[in-house]
Formats: sequence, structure tokens, C-alpha cells
Amino acid sequence: MSSFWSGWVIVLTVVTFVLITWILLANRKRTPVDQKTTGHNYDGIEEWDNPLPGWWFAMFMITIVWGFLYLIAYPGFGNFPGVLGWTSLEQHEQEVAKADETYRAMRDKYLALPIEEIYQDPKARKMGMRIYGNNCSQCHGLDAAGALGFPNLADGDWIFGGTPDQIKHTITAGRRAAMPAWEAILGEDGIAEATAYVLSLNSRDADPTQVKAGEKHYQTYCVACHGAEGKGNPALGAPNLTNGIWLYGGNAEQIAHSLRIGRNGVMPAFGNTLSEDKIHLVSAYIYGLSN
Amino acid sequence: MAESTHERIEKNVPLLIVLVIVAISFGTLVELVPLIFSKKMAEPVAGLEPYSALELEGRDIYIREGCYNCHSQMVRPLRAETERYGHYSVAGEFVYDHPFQWGSKRTGPDLARVGERYSDDWHRAHLYNPRDVVPESNMPAYPWLFDNELTGKYTAKKMQTLRILGVPYSDDDIAGAAASLEGKKEIDALVAYLQGLGTLIQTRR
Repeated sequence: MSSFWSGWVIVLTVVTFVLITWILLANRKRTPVDQKTTGHNYDGIEEWDNPLPGWWFAMFMITIVWGFLYLIAYPGFGNFPGVLGWTSLEQHEQEVAKADETYRAMRDKYLALPIEEIYQDPKARKMGMRIYGNNCSQCHGLDAAGALGFPNLADGDWIFGGTPDQIKHTITAGRRAAMPAWEAILGEDGIAEATAYVLSLNSRDADPTQVKAGEKHYQTYCVACHGAEGKGNPALGAPNLTNGIWLYGGNAEQIAHSLRIGRNGVMPAFGNTLSEDKIHLVSAYIYGLSN
Repeated sequence: MAESTHERIEKNVPLLIVLVIVAISFGTLVELVPLIFSKKMAEPVAGLEPYSALELEGRDIYIREGCYNCHSQMVRPLRAETERYGHYSVAGEFVYDHPFQWGSKRTGPDLARVGERYSDDWHRAHLYNPRDVVPESNMPAYPWLFDNELTGKYTAKKMQTLRILGVPYSDDDIAGAAASLEGKKEIDALVAYLQGLGTLIQTRR
């Protein structure tokens, strides 16, 4: 604040104090002194002109004195920082530093150990669960069972891989699935045929001629990511198509829809907001859900 | 009977009005007026850009649907908040917001740093029906955002008005506003707006 505005604040604050005190004191006595009522008298009901009761007046005075002392102790009088030197930011930093002292060491102890060694540790799991609840549950669910379009993390099936390192990488850098839309290339018939083939991969009922045609489409377009046997490829984020686990639904229409419009699910990156020790702990928790 | 001061003020309405205005203006004069002239309040944080046409429409949908009734956009410098939401909010993040959406009530979480925290797909699923992704949520569903198309009819006018208020939109921004909304739905605008919130300041905790 410039010194002009600092002075502005100080002068107006002092004027406020003076005016409030003056109003309080000026109303201590009746005016005129000998007159008991305000002069209002309706149907014999008189409005009295009593001064404030003493206890009320005293409380007002205490708040005024309190306000003045507050402005001496804390920032408020323009640029005057207050004799205590308190600021909200400094208080925040102190709180953070204190918390770091308490919790960081606790988490760093686990950061130094590989996930395979800590994922069954009850304390690490508890901490990981809290981090999970704050950051992951909104999409993956409190029970980690996911939702349509958001992967289940507890079923042992992984799109981008389930080793501790892969999980950690997924959380730190995020993931972006890249299944193109096939409607323009395959046409509606082709989509139906490819769908039939995908159903057949799961030993589900499908028209054999469609399956046969679908296999051709599959070997041309899908094989690069989902593999010759449809087992998927975690390096590309291509899911296994043979295990009955469907991120976007597994009935024929849902599969056909995914084929038509493509799927580009995004896992946001947490490397910019969560510290490494927290990512380590939450990775261990997630790893422990299916191991 | 002599007239008391009290009586004089009470019976003279113009005088009463003037004195009431004087009495209630002290707080504004002390707490608000200096900030209007403060450079620190008008200095954008590094990298701050005016809202794109799409984001601007999204912001107006945010206001229209009353999101601010349940969501604040202000992370206070308290550890409980910075642990959960990220770095506390600073004045320079809001200089292009007219009016800002700080809000004062949190039935839902603070949204000041919600940008890039969730995928676009999540926002769409969540706004269509929050229970689909967060079963315990009590947020209303907004399915009409998926039907309503953006017309862009007033977008350029809004940007011109904001320019008068100091938002640095270029002539090209304003001229291209309506075209950039072609074929977009309200949900696209709202998600674009949400995904940009608070992403300029990030800290790892």
C-alpha cells in the first residue's frame, strides 16, 4: 500500500474510533437533562428517553479498547505491521513446516523402501488409503471398483500395467488412451462384424459368418494394439479383450459403440500436485488392492 | 419544548439519509477503496490469459446454474485447505474475472484449483449425473447442458464489455468469438472453463 493509502486508512480508522466514542458518551445523559420522555405520548403510552444501561455502555467501551489494542498488536493500521509481526502467510508456513516435521519423516521412511516391501504394512496402507480417498476416489470410487469409463483398481486387471513402477508412473505422469474411431473405416456392417469377433474372443454367442469377417478386420486394424490373441498391451494402454472386464461396458451394443467412436480415456497427472512420498504411498496402497 | 438532536435527525429525512450513508461508508472507505487503487491487486500472475470465448461462455453457465451457491473458488492460506486443494489463491489470478466467483459457501468442494485434476470425461459424466461417478454425492444433475447448443449471439458483446473493464481482448479475439463456438454444446464450454481453473500456480505437497 502506498503511504497515501496507508495514511488514509489510519486517519479514517482513528476518526471512526473518535466518532463511536463520542456517540456513546454524548448519549450518556438525557437531553434535556430533566426530560424523562422523548415527548412521544400516544394513548397514554409514553416513549422514555433512557440512556444505555451501565453494563451495556461498559461492554461497548471494552470493545472499543479491545479494537484499539488489536490494531496495535496485529496488522490493520495501514502499513503498520502490528507489534506481534503476525501475518496469515507466515502462520500458514509455520503450520506447514510443523506438519512436514511430523509427517514427512514418517512418509520418507516408506519412500526409501520398495513398494513390494511396504504394501502390506498396515500403517503405510492407512496413509495410502487417506491419500487415495482425497485424490483418486472421485473417479475410481471409494471402494476402488471404478465406474463405467473409470477403471476398477482392485480386480487385478490393468490397462497400463500393474507393476509398482507402472502404477507409480501412471499416477505421476498421467495416461492417455488412444483408440481411434472406426466407424468411418469399417462402416456399420464392419462394426457389427468386429463386435461379433470380440464377443467370440470371450466365447460368447455370435453369428459365425460375422465372426469370420470380424476376424479379418481385427487382424488388420486391432491387432497392432490389442495383440494377435486379444490379450492387450499395457505399454500402449490397450486392454485385454478376452477376460470379461469392460471399461466401457461389455454388451454387444456397448462394444459396438466403443468401436464406432473410439476411446480416449485420460488419467490426469498428479506429479505436479502430489509429492513423491505421497505418490509412493498411494501406489503401494493401490498395488496392495489386488496383491 | 426544545428539540433534541435526536429528534432533529429523525424528523429531517434528507439529513438522516446523509448521516446514514456517512455512518455505513467507513468500512468501505477503509477496507475497499485502497484496494481498488492497489497495483498489487491489478497485476495478473505470470501466464494469465483472458478467458477464451468457449471458457467465457462456460463461466456464464457456471454463474447461470448457480454453481457459486455451493462451490467457492478461493483457497485460503490455511494448511487444511492447501493440503487438499493446492497453493492458496492469490489476487493476481482473478484480475480478469468480472465478477470473481470466490463465493462464500462450500456445500461442495472448493473449485479454485480444479483445473486438470480430473479428465474431461469425468467432468461430463459427473455433470450428467454426479451419482454415476460419486455415489455419495448430493450435487444436482445438469443433463440439459448436453442438449443446449451455444449460439454465440452475445459472446462478442460480452468480450467488448470486459475489454472496457480492462480485460485485454484483441480485435481478433472478439471477431472470432462466435465462430469458435460453432457446433459446441454448453457442456463443452463449462468443462473448458473448469479445466482452466487455477492451473497457473501448482505446488507439490
